[in-house]
Amino acid sequence: MNSKAFALFKKDLNSELRTRYAVNSLAMFIVVAISVILFSIGNERIPQALAGGLFWVVIFFSAMSGLARAFVSEEERGTSLTLQLIAAPSTIFSGKLFFNLILVFLMNIVIALLYSALFEEFVIRSFALFLLTFVLSNIGLAVASTIIAAIISKAGSKGTLYPVLSFPILLPLILTSVELTSNCIVGTTFEESQIELAVIVCYDVIMLTASYMLFDFIWKD
Amino acid sequence: MSNYLLKGESVTKNFGRRIIFENLNFEFSKCGVYGISGPNGSGKSTLMKIISGINSPSIGKIIHSIDDEIIIPEKLHNFIGFVSPYLVLYEEFSAWENLEYFARIRDVSFNKEKIELLLNDFLLINRKDDLVKTYSSGMKQRMKFIFALMHSPELILLDEPTSNLDDEGKDTVYKIIKRESKEGIVVIASNEKSDLAFCKEIVLIEKYKHQNN
Repeated sequence: MNSKAFALFKKDLNSELRTRYAVNSLAMFIVVAISVILFSIGNERIPQALAGGLFWVVIFFSAMSGLARAFVSEEERGTSLTLQLIAAPSTIFSGKLFFNLILVFLMNIVIALLYSALFEEFVIRSFALFLLTFVLSNIGLAVASTIIAAIISKAGSKGTLYPVLSFPILLPLILTSVELTSNCIVGTTFEESQIELAVIVCYDVIMLTASYMLFDFIWKD
Repeated sequence: MSNYLLKGESVTKNFGRRIIFENLNFEFSKCGVYGISGPNGSGKSTLMKIISGINSPSIGKIIHSIDDEIIIPEKLHNFIGFVSPYLVLYEEFSAWENLEYFARIRDVSFNKEKIELLLNDFLLINRKDDLVKTYSSGMKQRMKFIFALMHSPELILLDEPTSNLDDEGKDTVYKIIKRESKEGIVVIASNEKSDLAFCKEIVLIEKYKHQNN
């Protein structure tokens, strides 16, 4: 990441610290979603495979509630024109992507810690595999969310369009991440999860390449 | 004095079936003030956005070159200063913070002396540390001029430059237009006679309207 994109990231970070657009909605969503799951489970014990699935359900919907802000807030405030006048499209995408990456990692670390504390069944037996899954999935989630946010920021009904458009694009990532998280809970080895890991790596590379190639067209007009 | 060339070749813009203007040709090659005029809705702002590279023409092209070298679209923003009523600065930051971020994102040096001089010219020096959201519409308009001039661009695009400004603000703007036109190209899109008074050439956009519109 070059210095221009880092400057844009710092601008977004300071803007977020002052306005709390994304952080507040993310925090509220995480608390509400985990509480609803806890209330609906009650005293029942959930299967281990389901614990991994529920973990990604919270992550997916939390991402939907906060990650679109990167571009939507610029569009809603009318500052996207200003951005276009000071930076090249690739710089803007890099800066926004870095901001969303940090946000996704922070958000998912909080969700993972809360899950570990509140759900007895969420015990990670293959920690190294979980760590790799966590990092690769978060990268994929951040890249896909950023480019989808750029697309929907130009549309009229932003709020409803974001999860609708994200679902088919994120489905391969979510399904593979659910599978890998279940493997981590069961205690599967690296070798047994090679195919799923390869799928996520391919997803990340494809999304990143396609995003940089398409962003120019999305951002203009 | 820069050797900037701004050239439009058969520029046509349509939104769906509606043609805004077509086959527009112009060439601004020498330092000075050039005008774009036409009634409301004639496409002045659209043309300004196309010239600045924010929007693309439907047909035709805009050529920016300096010292006979074509400027690539990725670098165009460094050569352009843009002022318009629909330009919005970051309201959660102060004027000084806004300008500091813009310089860093552009990757140009933040020249404190020049910024203070511009803030002084536009009578904002005493409010430089206040959040932009506390500014009046006239003060915001003056801030946009500082935003446009801070990196010493070769091409200055002014879309309705005197909107929201009082007489004192207008005088400052005209003074700046005269000063900047000695060093580069200033393009003004406006209907105000006083704004277009300095122009050595005016493109009447109405002449390029589609016959059926």
